[in-house]
Amino acid sequence: MENLYPPIVDGKSVYDLNSQKYLKMWHGPQHPGVTGNMSLELDICGDQVIKCNTHVGYLHRGFEKLMERRRYINCFPIVCRICVPEPDTNEYLFAAAMEDLMGIEIPERAKWLRTLNLELSRLASFLMWIGGQSGAFGMGTVAQWTMAHRDFVLDLFEEWTGARIYHMYTIPGGVRGDLPEGWDKRAEKTIAAVHKLLDEINYVMLNNAIFKQRAVGLGVITPEMVDAYGVVGPNARCCGLQRDIRKDQPYLIYDQLDFIIETETAGDAYSRTVVRWKEMYQSIALIRQILAKMPRSGALHATLPNVLHLKIPKGQTYLRAESTRGEYGYFMVSDGSAFPRKVTVRGPSYTHAMALLEDLAVGVNIADLPGLMVSLHTYPPEIER
Amino acid sequence: MNLRDILSPFFVWKRAFEKPYSINTLSAPRPGAPAYRGFHKNDVSKCIGCGTCAEICQNVSIEMVPVATAKDGDSGLRPKIDYGRCCWCALCVDICPSGSLTMSNAYTWVEEGLDKDVRDTFCYTPGVDSKPWDNEPLGYKKPDGYELLLLDRIPMPHLSPEERLSSFVELVKGYSRELAIREADRCIQCGICTATCPAHMNIPAYIKAIREDNIAAGLQILYDTNPLPGVCGRICTRLCEDVCALSHRGDAISIRWLKRYLTDCVEAEDYKDILKTEIKPLGKKVGIIGSGPGGLSAAYYLANMGYEVDIFEKTAAAGGMLRYGIPEYRLPYDKIDKDIDFITSLGVKIHYNTCVGKDISFDDIYKRYDAVFISTGLFEPYFIGIKGEDNEGVISGLKLLSDVTEGKEVSLGKHVVVVGGGNVAMDAARTARRLGSEVTILYRRRDEDMPADREEIDEAYEENVTFITQAIPLEINKLADNRLEFIWGKAEMHFEEGAKRPQPVLIEGSRETLVADTIIAAIGQGMNFAWMDGEAFANIKFGKWNIDADRWGRSSDQKIFIGGDMFNRTADAITAIADGHRSARAIDKLLNQ
Repeated sequence: MENLYPPIVDGKSVYDLNSQKYLKMWHGPQHPGVTGNMSLELDICGDQVIKCNTHVGYLHRGFEKLMERRRYINCFPIVCRICVPEPDTNEYLFAAAMEDLMGIEIPERAKWLRTLNLELSRLASFLMWIGGQSGAFGMGTVAQWTMAHRDFVLDLFEEWTGARIYHMYTIPGGVRGDLPEGWDKRAEKTIAAVHKLLDEINYVMLNNAIFKQRAVGLGVITPEMVDAYGVVGPNARCCGLQRDIRKDQPYLIYDQLDFIIETETAGDAYSRTVVRWKEMYQSIALIRQILAKMPRSGALHATLPNVLHLKIPKGQTYLRAESTRGEYGYFMVSDGSAFPRKVTVRGPSYTHAMALLEDLAVGVNIADLPGLMVSLHTYPPEIER
Repeated sequence: MNLRDILSPFFVWKRAFEKPYSINTLSAPRPGAPAYRGFHKNDVSKCIGCGTCAEICQNVSIEMVPVATAKDGDSGLRPKIDYGRCCWCALCVDICPSGSLTMSNAYTWVEEGLDKDVRDTFCYTPGVDSKPWDNEPLGYKKPDGYELLLLDRIPMPHLSPEERLSSFVELVKGYSRELAIREADRCIQCGICTATCPAHMNIPAYIKAIREDNIAAGLQILYDTNPLPGVCGRICTRLCEDVCALSHRGDAISIRWLKRYLTDCVEAEDYKDILKTEIKPLGKKVGIIGSGPGGLSAAYYLANMGYEVDIFEKTAAAGGMLRYGIPEYRLPYDKIDKDIDFITSLGVKIHYNTCVGKDISFDDIYKRYDAVFISTGLFEPYFIGIKGEDNEGVISGLKLLSDVTEGKEVSLGKHVVVVGGGNVAMDAARTARRLGSEVTILYRRRDEDMPADREEIDEAYEENVTFITQAIPLEINKLADNRLEFIWGKAEMHFEEGAKRPQPVLIEGSRETLVADTIIAAIGQGMNFAWMDGEAFANIKFGKWNIDADRWGRSSDQKIFIGGDMFNRTADAITAIADGHRSARAIDKLLNQ
């Protein structure tokens, strides 16, 4: 490998294009490996990546700027769109940041329902990811199964919140309504089916010779890289670090739930898959715990001032939550007016899909690149809010 | 790699025989979930067209468009939704004050006709344009247990009923700054109130000024349409609150108390600075007969336009019914004075103790002034029309109220009977309670038919006034001990189709007796034109019950305008104020344009 690298002159690598050893190739922006629209500018030698530059911005919709010209209540339907497969973390953090700045305590039951909402969306998001992960390594059948099961989870959302993708359920002040009659039973049926599917995925994917051959040793993240690159979530846990916002800085009612931080040690794509696969079991267990422990009566929504004229006292806050990709953060600044002065969204994909991927991609076979990208579980929409 | 990893995937072979996940939606359409957020539905009979849905829509996908006839408290507009913009967040449904807007669970809609105006493509007005899902019972409705509107009114601090009865101190204490701002925050600023207010006061704007703690701006807005805001902030009949959008699912905004808060916040001497009146004299004179709200309102606006205004008032103080017909505990005299003093500070002259027809003739006024505005009000009490009404001890409610205002010695005795169910009856009864009497109110119809303000009726109950409803007075007899025997009969209610209120009919043979020291008749007042004379009087055309006038209050003599209780039938202060303002503009048009 070593001799394939372009020579370094004055700190910059230079290509001898006449050597005909190198090829520049664009991977994306049309969904390079089912993660969303971003682009990888690759320098390849044969079928091996020797340099990777990431280009983002294809999904830039200017949410943060839009919010500066919208009343707080009107930002509420926007924020869920920042991350399409897992919108609820955005809804929760936006609402929580507002509540924090206003000094509002939401009702106990709303906290439980919000947690249930977050865990169910974690399950839906992981189901989508695992389909991508298997699909990227040529196992399309698993993707069919998991996407179908994700739809079953979305059925639950549809019944509960009135929508499948953009639930818009976690509203500032609390939540919009209670669980429908008999929802628990149907939820149990669905998550039992997901549980069975996960058992089968163990056979068909995690213990599959092909998958192992391609994923083991791919894109190894070492514990030293974690802080240097700002790696969070399962990508940090796959190399043995016990990091989970739900445990480190418990929010909502996570401190009342019984769960452990799932880790692996190898740090490669395979161990990341195993961590997420275990976390899906954990989500199922958490959903069952929440449904068993949750208070069934009480207020759902704290009384807010009139949302049409709502002004938030001057101040700033940063709130974080553990999404499927790791630490998700909202930094909100209020200047005392009816519009947020600034809302900055920290999507975990920002570091994973750019700086980290650029380094991990080097030396990877081009056929494994989509699998590597998916194993970092990145969602470009949250990079470019 | 080991053998296990090669064989392991084959463990799931059974999946090949499972039922496929996919379904054929063409042969079996999949309905949305029962609470799915699909296309909108609107119960147009419930909708009031307040536009709050359009206000909260972050996509600007809702446009309020005019539709057929509007009912009371209805803008006549209905939301038209553009599905090229809608994001189905359903905030419009959640905030809908009347609760008329909902969603069906339909999520497919195939539109025909590409030749349509692009602005109408995939747009419709729910409830007006018929859609297949109109009668679909399922779909999203505002969930229980969560509310975006603030439906509960901030309670107004009151004196306790015991404290009230011991004096004539104002019983409503008024909002503090904090309470007023919280109450003002509830307003959704739809403006339905403005359309209903006879004076079309810009209510949302002054409520906004309160919310933003900009008292000066608020006071300026009040004076744009109402020169007696301190008075109206206390005793207005507040038609605005009856139609308030929030009243459909909760309590109306306390519009009246907020107005009162604004005027109470400003000291009388600061009015001039805030309202910055610059008057350029026009050299023309307008005479006004009667210094009630109508006359004062006309005087204020005419004076502002530069006219020289003289008001002729037969009593010793200005205000008309405001002063002589409303007890002090509802409207303290210093608050009337505050408003009137500002009007007179603009140069309006009030000639007190000047009764037109006695101290000065109407003809004289007509000749001396370029225009005349008459607002003498209703000051002739009606009689019950029963035997014995001329006995000593039978007085009118208005007489009692004006006697108390003038500070005369009033002695009513232990037992007082008040006949009537209007505001004057309540005021008379509650005044009598404060003078130490035990009071019984007799009313012809049922409790809910009483024309008095509900608040006044409830407060009368709190002050231990006894109510006898469906009671028809029959006769009054003088007893040997100088007391009065009041004979009345029970009535039953006859409901006629189309009538607003049922008709009371005496039950044959029913005869009940009450013994009272004083009987107060408060069954309404009429007007009197005996004071009119001269050439002008001959020119004026009279209608069935009144001077004929157009909607500007202009009589058949183009110099003479009328307003107030003698012009409108609502007989309240705010309508009189509106009349005064309107006639002032008409007079200006006559004299200056």
